[in-house]
Amino acid sequence: MAERGHDSASYAAASDIEEMELVHPKTFIGKYIWSQDAKVIAIQYAITATAIGLVALVLSILIRLQLGFPNAFSLVDPSNYLQYVTMHGMIMVVYLLTALLLGGFGNYLIPLMCGARDMVFPYLNMLSYWFYLASVLILVASFFVPGGPSGGGWTLYPPQVISQGTPGVDGGILLMLVSLSVFIIGFTMGGLNYVVTVLQARTRGMTLMRLPLTVWGIFMATVMALLAFPALLVAVLMTICDLLLGTSFFMPEMQTLGEQSSHEGGSPLLFQHLFWFFGHPEVYIVALPAFGIVSDLLATHARKNIFGYRMMVWAIIIIGVLSFIVWAHHMFVSGMNPYFGFLFATTTLIIAVPTAIKVYNWVLTLWRGNIHLSVPMLFAIGFLFTFVNGGLSGLFLGNVTVDVPLSDTYFVVGHFHMVMAVAPILVIFGAIYHWYPKVTGRMLDDRLGKVHFWVTFLGTYVIYFPMHFMGFAGVPRRYYAYGETAFIPDSVVTMNSVITVAAIIVSLAQVLFLFNLAWSYFRGRESGPNPWQATTLEWQTEHTPPRHGNFGDELPVVHRWAYDYSVPGAERDFIPQTVPHEGEERR
Amino acid sequence: MIISLVFLSLLMALFGGWLFSHSINVRPWEVPGGALGERPAAVTAPRVGLAVFLAVATSLFALTISAYMMRMEMGADWRSLPTPGLLWFNTALLVLGSLALQRAWGAARHGRRGELGIGLIAGGACSIAFVLGQGLVWWQLEAAGHYLAANPANAFFYLLTALHGLHLLGGLVVWARTLFRFRGGATPERLCGSVELCALYWHYLLVVWGILFMLVLST
Ligand code: HEM
Ligand SMILES: [Cu+2]
Repeated sequence: MAERGHDSASYAAASDIEEMELVHPKTFIGKYIWSQDAKVIAIQYAITATAIGLVALVLSILIRLQLGFPNAFSLVDPSNYLQYVTMHGMIMVVYLLTALLLGGFGNYLIPLMCGARDMVFPYLNMLSYWFYLASVLILVASFFVPGGPSGGGWTLYPPQVISQGTPGVDGGILLMLVSLSVFIIGFTMGGLNYVVTVLQARTRGMTLMRLPLTVWGIFMATVMALLAFPALLVAVLMTICDLLLGTSFFMPEMQTLGEQSSHEGGSPLLFQHLFWFFGHPEVYIVALPAFGIVSDLLATHARKNIFGYRMMVWAIIIIGVLSFIVWAHHMFVSGMNPYFGFLFATTTLIIAVPTAIKVYNWVLTLWRGNIHLSVPMLFAIGFLFTFVNGGLSGLFLGNVTVDVPLSDTYFVVGHFHMVMAVAPILVIFGAIYHWYPKVTGRMLDDRLGKVHFWVTFLGTYVIYFPMHFMGFAGVPRRYYAYGETAFIPDSVVTMNSVITVAAIIVSLAQVLFLFNLAWSYFRGRESGPNPWQATTLEWQTEHTPPRHGNFGDELPVVHRWAYDYSVPGAERDFIPQTVPHEGEERR
Repeated sequence: MIISLVFLSLLMALFGGWLFSHSINVRPWEVPGGALGERPAAVTAPRVGLAVFLAVATSLFALTISAYMMRMEMGADWRSLPTPGLLWFNTALLVLGSLALQRAWGAARHGRRGELGIGLIAGGACSIAFVLGQGLVWWQLEAAGHYLAANPANAFFYLLTALHGLHLLGGLVVWARTLFRFRGGATPERLCGSVELCALYWHYLLVVWGILFMLVLST
């Protein structure tokens, strides 16, 4: 240690990392089922999340068939409709996006990108997955109990959600609440790992400011999730008490179905505060990892360093912090004090500033880049379009006066699907095309990928863009059928059919994608260790796919940041993070 | 929500300041210049893990307290609960538990095996007594007609004590594992890490209990 001068390694975060003891099971079950290897856990998370996500996709098609052709199919009745909408929303937000981005990508990429052998608490990490799986199974079980799953909306608003007459009140809702609690406990175990691994297990030379933005995004999202999920947990536990034990945390005195309820004095508004204190950060929990990943995709595939790296890091942090003080913009129509509304409108609009900075920096990264229109790049650029679109409609909604008439209309549905559904999903696809070669050693098929991209990108526009106009026309969300409602013009009815057709086409494109995943696993072109010529550590592993322990006998030493692309005078157009600077001796 | 926001802003200020000190004047794209300081040896993964977990738990308690205060104002039906005297006794038990584990930690650091054992067992016993005592309080309240569903003040009391108790039970699991290893003959040096985590966690839960107790007393 003494001879280390003032070079990268002397401020190496983990300069004296003790080698971790890894558990090396011999059996198949030990390796792939009860595995403590973050990469295997990542795959487990990803497969589970995809499976439950497909359920949610099928539900959305059932919803769309009802909306697009109200009289043609009798697949769902009004109760089913509400149940499917509820389950679709809840699954997509929590069990697919959160789990896939943090549990899936977080587990796979954090140790590799930080240069660690594994997560710091592997056993806890394994437990985290099993809790997640249990929560998914509990949720799925609610389809099979009498009365079916809950139909109270993904926002779980009391008194609706636990009042007699709401679908699923006999069992479905309890299962959903329990499932959420289990999910949160499991997530906390995983989240501890992600945070502590980033803080403590970075390899020599990997300073904070040399971390790829992917890690920053996932890291901050995890910090937020760790702090925000407790709000949901409290809300859920209190709802369970109201449901089972007859307390009145949230339940006011009321008459349901002609009967006087036993509750009195509870405050539904209290629930809304707790829920959105979680709910708004949650949308950024999904967005921040996507921000991080897309930054790396753009830099790699445009062969340029990311524009304004430090600004990007700080934007991630500031967005994370600010998103804890905007929650009441979901409650503008709850009868709040107008000054309060003004306050929250202001904070909401302020968030747009760091967000816009990020968008500018992405565009500036592309500027004069050597853009390769590979499939990951297509998805990354698609994300830019979709995200800007959804961000702008967010600005509309952030202004109280504009929000009041738009609240609970299809404008909101259009907004959050653009920004929270399609945008992160595009990034997830891009990321899968990007990292699949590392995970399997084979490339995904390019032509199928391009078809997948164009159908998904254009198709989602056809689905969600018209919804904004429907919102302006005043079409309310969460309705089973509109019948002969006077203010709803014929064009909306036509539009609904068009949207449904587009939704079916987009869903079919996903089948193509799944086929590509399976086919390429066996038949795909061999990728080699670093097919995209990227700089970050995961591409420099000894084996592809990396073995348990990630790196060879010695952990890599990091000498530079993650964005040395097209460095003037360099031999190739990228310099891996492990290559020393000129004059710096290699250790 | 004020309480939760105060907690969050403190935490974020800390985090922001720390990050600021690591990023100011760092130009990651350049050849690195002077040394930037090492991570202190005292900062180990288990300690950081505990700190992060405590932040999560604090978030949970802060939000519950926020909900408590909001519900108090929102409904006109709040009728405060009488404070059973037993709670004072329980509090004393928890203080003793914390002190005993502190002793155990000190003993582990200095390699005094006998004292470590006594501290561990005394700490755990006090905590188990505390949990039982809290159960007794519940039973007393029930017997006196202060049912869970009768009033939001009662409901919150049961909820808060239950959350706190569950956290303590979680701690007792780790404590039991440590005791098991101790009985299995592990040396004080090897146990030191776990005992330390237990002690710190107990102090934390003591502080939380103090705050919850004060909240119940004052409202
Ligand atoms: C500049 C950025 C943004 C602003 C100003 C903004 C503003 C808003 C507002 C005011 C609402 C409430 C609409 C209403 O119910 O009447 C809303 C809803 C929503 N936003 Fe955003 N938003 C922004 C970005 C995002 C992002 C990045 C996401 C997700 C990644 C997101 C996800 C959602 C969701 C899911 C809802 C609807 C929740 C529901 O009612 O079911 N928003 N947004
Ligand atoms: Cu929001």
